[in-house]
Amino acid sequence: MGRYIAKRVIMAIFTIWLVATITFFLMFLVPGGPFLAEKSPSAATLEALNRKYGLDKPVIVQYKNYMLNLLKGEFGESIKQRGRTVGDIISTGFKVSAKVGGIAILVSVLIGVPLGCIAALNRGKWLDNLIMVIATFGIAVPSFVLSTVLMIIFSVWLNLLPTYGLSSWRHYIMPVIALSFYPTAYISRLMRTSMLDVLGQDYMRTAKAKGLSQFKTLFKHALRNAILPVVTYLGPLIAYTLTGSFIIEKIFTVPGLGNEFISSITGRDYTMIMGTTIFLATLIIIMNLLVDIAYKIIDPRIKFK
Amino acid sequence: MKRRIALLTAIVMVFVMVLSACGGTAGGGGTLPVNVGSDPDTIDPALNSAVDGATLIIHAFEGLYTLDKNGVPVPAQAKEVKISDDGTVYTFTLRDGLKWSDGKALTANDFVYSWNRAIDPETAADYEYMFEVIDGYDEGKLNVTAPDDKTLVVTLKNRVPYFLELTAFPTFFPVRQDIVEKYGDAWATKADTYIGNGPYKITDWVPGSHITMTKNKNYWNYKELGMENIKFVLMDDPGAQLTAFKQGEILFTDDLPTDEIDAWRDKPEFNLHGQLGTYYVSFNTQKEYLNNPLVRKALTLAIDREFIVREIGKAGQVPAGAFVPIGLSDADPTKEFRDVGGDYYDPYDYEGNLEKARQALAEAGYPNGQGLPTFEYLYNSESTGHKLIGEALQDMWSKIGVKVNLQSQEWATFLNTRKNGDYDIARNGWLGDYNDPISFLDMWITGSGNNDAQWSNTEYDALISQIKTETDTARRFELMHKAEDIIFDEWMLCPIYYYVDIFLLSQKVQNFWSSPLGYKYFMYATVKE
Repeated sequence: MGRYIAKRVIMAIFTIWLVATITFFLMFLVPGGPFLAEKSPSAATLEALNRKYGLDKPVIVQYKNYMLNLLKGEFGESIKQRGRTVGDIISTGFKVSAKVGGIAILVSVLIGVPLGCIAALNRGKWLDNLIMVIATFGIAVPSFVLSTVLMIIFSVWLNLLPTYGLSSWRHYIMPVIALSFYPTAYISRLMRTSMLDVLGQDYMRTAKAKGLSQFKTLFKHALRNAILPVVTYLGPLIAYTLTGSFIIEKIFTVPGLGNEFISSITGRDYTMIMGTTIFLATLIIIMNLLVDIAYKIIDPRIKFK
Repeated sequence: MKRRIALLTAIVMVFVMVLSACGGTAGGGGTLPVNVGSDPDTIDPALNSAVDGATLIIHAFEGLYTLDKNGVPVPAQAKEVKISDDGTVYTFTLRDGLKWSDGKALTANDFVYSWNRAIDPETAADYEYMFEVIDGYDEGKLNVTAPDDKTLVVTLKNRVPYFLELTAFPTFFPVRQDIVEKYGDAWATKADTYIGNGPYKITDWVPGSHITMTKNKNYWNYKELGMENIKFVLMDDPGAQLTAFKQGEILFTDDLPTDEIDAWRDKPEFNLHGQLGTYYVSFNTQKEYLNNPLVRKALTLAIDREFIVREIGKAGQVPAGAFVPIGLSDADPTKEFRDVGGDYYDPYDYEGNLEKARQALAEAGYPNGQGLPTFEYLYNSESTGHKLIGEALQDMWSKIGVKVNLQSQEWATFLNTRKNGDYDIARNGWLGDYNDPISFLDMWITGSGNNDAQWSNTEYDALISQIKTETDTARRFELMHKAEDIIFDEWMLCPIYYYVDIFLLSQKVQNFWSSPLGYKYFMYATVKE
């Protein structure tokens, strides 16, 4: 297993380098620049700005400089948010997004998995139908619609929850619901399908025939096997959710990282684009690696190659 | 057992990250919560060029003069000023006992440093050109001296009637040399190092969430200030802002979704102010067909501006009959530049204009648009308003037989395309920087960075440089009217409407004001419970 992990880490570094390189050159192919505005700065100011951020050099030289700095662990300074470093922006934003996202993932797993199981055990009955209707609804409704509806109901009509910020636990309720609704629905559907699959297996019948209690058959034999697809889904889900959602953070004024992914691109904040991309890529790779290891632990039949 | 623990690995992984405590602060008494915009790119007075950034800055800093409720410059850090007879030498006397928010004394030298810092290419300030009226600007060393700690002598190149107003502009605010030199650009990103000389100082700053300012005990007019704290909530979504306003969680919001305007228009919270700006359409004057002033005239006249304002703008914008907007004073400050200059066509007479447009097109040799290619109208895709206006123009121009295709681009790409002149016709907009028409005329000189029309007119260029050196105010305004005349002799651009500034202000808030540049003044505001 040690060798396997070492191999995966080397692959990961290569992947991140590839992602960084492709992003770097694609970024400069997109027209526009960080300093243009409705009111353009003077030619002299533009020149000074380009010089300050090294944008006056050929792209290949910029690439070399960037990669050398990256090796030293430096993401550089944000071009748009002057005076703030990319590392600082990412770490501040990530702490917030990860907190909200972490709760949302927990909620989706803790609700999605049991719901899927209940639906599978009641296949075809009204409870199954009800859960699946809710799940389909959860998958179909976009988060911005859900966020707005939540806000209208809980803030405007009922006056129960605050509309912006994260200053108390009550502030977390709506962003967490908005963020966890889709994954909850998705996990419950995933869980239901794989549970049904497992319930039909021979070993389940054997377990039942042996006289094991329903509780034991379900939790010891069925769940272990049925949860694998959910674990697969959790890898990328955790990476994406922890890094925040552009729309939900915008609507609830959550000072997270989600906003930076989009605004860095629209603002052509080159160093921020690179920083956020590399960060997300790394996180996804780490999560996928952890998922693979979790796989092995859950299902010992799986072999690392 | 081992397996059971393992099963929970994924969940525990998440749990660890979540358990970092949910800390929080609740708003205390005497706080005025407002929203003037989202996270500012910078609030360094020299670097900022955004209106919301300026509102934050005027609370933490102050210039020699400031604008009062009526937009008139009044003494602020300066106690008084003596102006030489020829209007070129300003001798400011600072107030006694001025201090920075950390208690250090503020001297005239702080202004000398800050102004020179703003024009230093290394600072790369967007608005450095605002100092061009000061002698020495071209040499990179401003003719600004501090004979003693309380006296600042500024020598201008020529008489500049709006110079006192300039000293109220954020780019002219003093900053702390020791701090800027120690922390670099980062000084303006943290509450601890953001030392100002204004009525308030930042006490809590969470990027993307809020900036809380508290009364600055060292401010010369501390006793007159309003609320103990002002909390600038950095909201981005207009829908969420409106909800927060309705809930009373914020008492001011600077943005309102367009489709909500009709619902709020008659409520007392709704405020509509003139803003020094014009929404217009740029013609690429270097392109074939569009290089013909008669074609541009026809396109300009064939527009139903009342329709656009009423059905699309919806916010009380004013149909434009010229480029320099309403709200700017003329040589006689009691008169408006627009009233003196008049309109170049009647923006309310659509039928009459349409007839003239058809005539112009025929005169150009393209009766009913015959012989003209299909033009492309470029707009940026971020706002539905731009698209709707594009569609309205497409329809209106089709009535004189001119065919237009609509094309949208994402903001940064759009700016690049427009600046480089890779377009036929494009949407455009301009907000003035100070109450002087030159702010709208200077941009059209040959090769100017904001001359998106790629227009070049030697007579115009000569006129602008003459305006900049003219010392007689009446003559200067006469020349500015003449310059605008040339724009419309050539029909170089097509004005649509003059901007307005709309915002919602709770009835509870008193003693608040807004400037024509869109800056919001909360420092003397109080909240009535």
